[in-house]
This record gives sequence, C-alpha cells and structure tokens, in this order.
Amino acid sequence: MNYSAFLQLHDELSLLAVIVIILIYDIFASEKGARYIQPLSIVLLTVHTVLNAFPRADFEVAGGMYQYYPMLTYIKTILNAGTIILFLQADKWLRDDSVIIRRGEFYFLTLCTLLGLYLMMSAGHFLLFFIGIETASIPMATLVAFNKYNHKSAEAGAKFILSTVFASGISLYGISMIYGAAGTLYFDDLALLITNSPIYIMAMVFFAIGLFFKISLVPFHLWTPDVYEGAPTGITGYLSVVSKGSAVFVLFTIFTKVFANLTAEWQPILYGLIVISITLANIFAIRQKNIKRFMAYSSISQAGYLLLGVISASATGMSSLVYYILVYLFSNLAIFGVISVIEHRTGKVNINDYNGLYQTNPRLSAVMMFALFSLAGIPPFAGFFSKFFIFAAATEQGYYVLVFIALINTVISLYYYLLIVKAMFLNKSDQPVERITTDLPARISLVLCLIMIVFAGLLSSIYQQISALSFI
Amino acid sequence: MGSLFANFSSGIVPLEAYIFVSLVMFFAGIYGFLSRKNLLMVLISIELILNSADINFAAFNRYLYPEHFEGFFFTLFTIAISACETAVAIAIVINIYRNLNNVEVDSLQELQEPELQDTKEQ
Repeated sequence: MNYSAFLQLHDELSLLAVIVIILIYDIFASEKGARYIQPLSIVLLTVHTVLNAFPRADFEVAGGMYQYYPMLTYIKTILNAGTIILFLQADKWLRDDSVIIRRGEFYFLTLCTLLGLYLMMSAGHFLLFFIGIETASIPMATLVAFNKYNHKSAEAGAKFILSTVFASGISLYGISMIYGAAGTLYFDDLALLITNSPIYIMAMVFFAIGLFFKISLVPFHLWTPDVYEGAPTGITGYLSVVSKGSAVFVLFTIFTKVFANLTAEWQPILYGLIVISITLANIFAIRQKNIKRFMAYSSISQAGYLLLGVISASATGMSSLVYYILVYLFSNLAIFGVISVIEHRTGKVNINDYNGLYQTNPRLSAVMMFALFSLAGIPPFAGFFSKFFIFAAATEQGYYVLVFIALINTVISLYYYLLIVKAMFLNKSDQPVERITTDLPARISLVLCLIMIVFAGLLSSIYQQISALSFI
Repeated sequence: MGSLFANFSSGIVPLEAYIFVSLVMFFAGIYGFLSRKNLLMVLISIELILNSADINFAAFNRYLYPEHFEGFFFTLFTIAISACETAVAIAIVINIYRNLNNVEVDSLQELQEPELQDTKEQ
C-alpha cells in the first residue's frame, strides 16, 4: 500500500506536529522553561494557521474516506483564529495557582479537540466522522471539568460528558441503520443509494440528533445553560463558537451531500427546530441573571440563525453560513473575553454586577457594547451583514414566513442585548466593578475581535472570497 | 413468526433475533439513562446504547454484506472509542465524588435555572 497519499493531509499533519511538540515540551521542560509554553503554543498555532491558509485543489485520500475541497481551508482557518483568541484570553487564568500545574494539558487538550473537528469536517465516511466527533467531545469534557476543585466545574463536566455520549450513542444507532439498509458508509456512494423509504428517514433522524445536541438546538439544549455556566469562561466561549460552528458546517455538508434525496423530509424538521430554537431561547434569555447563562441562551438562538443557512441548501446558503460563523465567532469571543477578564479579577458573573461598568472601565464596556451590537445585527457592525446574507439565502429559497419569524426574534434579541448595554452605561451602582488593567494577551485578543467586528462587514472582499468557493 | 421458529429449530439464528436483542438493549439504555439515580448506573445505560449499535453493525455485516468488513471495523473502532469515553466519564464521576462525597444524580443541583433555585430557598 502507498502511504504517500497521507502526506496530502497538510492541515491535520501540521496540527498533529504542533500537538506533539507541545506535549513533549510540556513533559520535558524545566520549571523555568514551563512558563514559555504559553507563547510557544500561540506562536506555533499561528504559524500553522498561516501555512495552511491557502486553498488547494480538490483531492481524496483512502478511497474517499477523507475529502478535501477549498471551502474547508476557510472554515479551518476561522476555527484556528478562534482557538488562537482563546489561548490569548486564557493566558491570565492559566497562571492561577489552582491550574498552573496543568496549563500544558490545557493547550494539548484544546488542540486535540481542534484536530477532532478537522477530521469531522473533512470526513467522507461515517467512520472518520464518528472518530472525529468523539476526538472532539471527549477532551472537551475534560476541559469543561478543568477547574477540578470547583463544584460547578465538576458538575458541568459530568452533565456534559453524559449528555454528549448519550447523543452520540443515538447517532451511532442511526449510522448502524444506514449501514444495514445501504451496505456502505461512504458519503459519495450513499448519496446515490439513499431513497425516501422509512428506514432511511428514521436513520437520518437518529443520526442528526447527535449533531443537534452539539449545536444545542431547542429540544436538545437542556445541557447547554448548565455546562456554559459551570465551565471555565474561556472554554464556554470555545464551546459556543468553535465547536458549534463546525457542527453546523458538518450538518450542512452531510445533509446536502449524503441526504440530498431526502431534502423534502429534512427541510420541515429544520424549519420547526429553527422556529422553536430562536423563539424559546430568546424568551428564556430575558429572565437570566447570570451572564454566562444568558450567553448560553443567546448562543442557542444564534444557532437557530445559523441553521437558516443549512435549510437554504444552496451555494448562497453555504457562503452565508461560513460568513455567519466568522462574524459570530469574533463577536462572541469578544464578549467572553470581557466576561473572563471581569470574572477572573473580581469573581462577579451576574448581570447586576455590570451596573456602572462604564464609569470604571470605559474601554471594556465599549468592546462589550460593540460585540453585543454585532450579535444583535445593528449596522455598520459585521453582525448586520452576516444576518443580511443569511436571511437573503433563506428568502431565495422561498422561506418568507420563516425569515419573518426570525426578523421578529431579532427585535426581541435586541431588547435583551440592550439590557446589558443599559446596565453598563446607564444604571448607577454603589459598588461598581473596580478599575481593571487588562493583561496584554487579553488586550490583543480584544483588539483583534474589535477589528474583525468593525471591518469584516465593510470589507466586501471577505464575503466575495468565501462566496467564490461555495458549491452544493 | 413461523419462519423465525423454523430457523431456530434448524439451528440457524436469524438476523431478526439479533436486531431484536439490540433494540431491547437500546431502549433499556434510554430508559436507564432517564430514570436511574446513580451516575454509574447512568453510565452503564449509555454503554448499553453504544453496544446495541455494535451488535447491529456486526449482525448486518455477517448476514447482509459478508463480502466486506466495513461493519466489523466500525465495531472495533466504536469499542475503543466507548472505552475512552467510559474512562473519562469515570474520572469525572470520581471528581464529583471527591467534591460532593456521593455520586447521586440529585446532588448535582448547583447549576439550575434561577427560578428553581428560588423555590428551593423558600
């Protein structure tokens, strides 16, 4: 057998090299050298991102088990950017006495989940897909329980691993039914074999539940607020953008590639899920007191907007979906960056604690406000353009009522996003958060996010680049 | 049903029997996941779900598509992955035990909707 074909997997191999270097460095570094693991992993990941940021021609490895197409380069670069920002934001937290002994593991585990997400997105066979999704979610559970002396973190870890394994078990049963009916698990072969007979529809629903859990759509969202509240704040940000964004992208590729013949069956399912996800999450978000719980419900409703790109099932749908993931990633990570700075210095996580933040920390509250405006979709921030493109993609396919419901919900979401802005700028407080000097890495990450929030919408070439590579 | 018994009496186990066993395991797992009060029992229920899918893969491969080994390979990988999952889950359950001194599902109540916490305090 010729193994040289595997050398074509540039993305995975170079990420694997980064992982191995960091692991070996973590094991053998002296106590003095261990403090350089933070800049080392950030620099290595940046080099890896830059080297792999250029699209190549399509190819397949192992008989179609691994598939590459240029759009994957973009989505992987976006996920890399999210991970780099997480590393910058987590820097200060990882210097705490309670976690400093395990900081090498943090980088190792995070990069392992990233590798799993890579494999999941590049998969052309259900086996590689399943390995990828598990490689991503098992280290993720350990990251959620990373603060192991903290009750909340431990509880969130237990809730996360039990519900994620339950979901992947149901998903696995669906894959076994597909295998029994079709006799193969290659995506390309299945696309021709799948018909709208009941066994395939049932198998598809079972299979999709695993992904719906990861995206946390409404009937499958019950783990989300608890895990988001209990997990370390950086990990919450990672879960809400990187893990969720890649799962939505995979849902798009599998539904349009493998289950293309069942489009008439899965579109109504997604229709219902979008309507309940956006509406219920908005209603629940309004009454939250803890800001991480609040962001959990906000991310559930954003997942509903992301699915508007999937339901369009067109080239425009794909490009608007990838663009939405890009903008959502930077907006959400900016918010979680501010939350983690404030939580780390003062331990305050309630929305009431943000009263009067503007008087003491004007810059942090400005970043938070711009990011919230971007999430709500107020022009000229990038969130407006991403929402515009994704609504345009859904309207193109004739989903007028659905887009109308989503628009109404945008107004509702504006209400609760503005509640936080009001707390920061207008509400008076006797004991506002004291003045915080943000550490340099977190400041760099916030500036990066802010640049993307402001300019990703105004620079139309970004969307055109993505749009040129979309296909169906 | 008649042919099922005829097959049994002639010593050949039919495919339906395997699917029946795996289906019972699958739903027993779901029932256990939703009703058990001990984290370890919940974990065992999840293992039942994963193993029921493995039985399906092996049976389908043996009876319907014996020319390739795709199902058997999938089963091998799934067994390895579920072992990893169990190891991590057990580690997290031990961590829960160290924090709370028991492994009951009901003791995991620190993270809840605000309304539920309010009613508990009253």
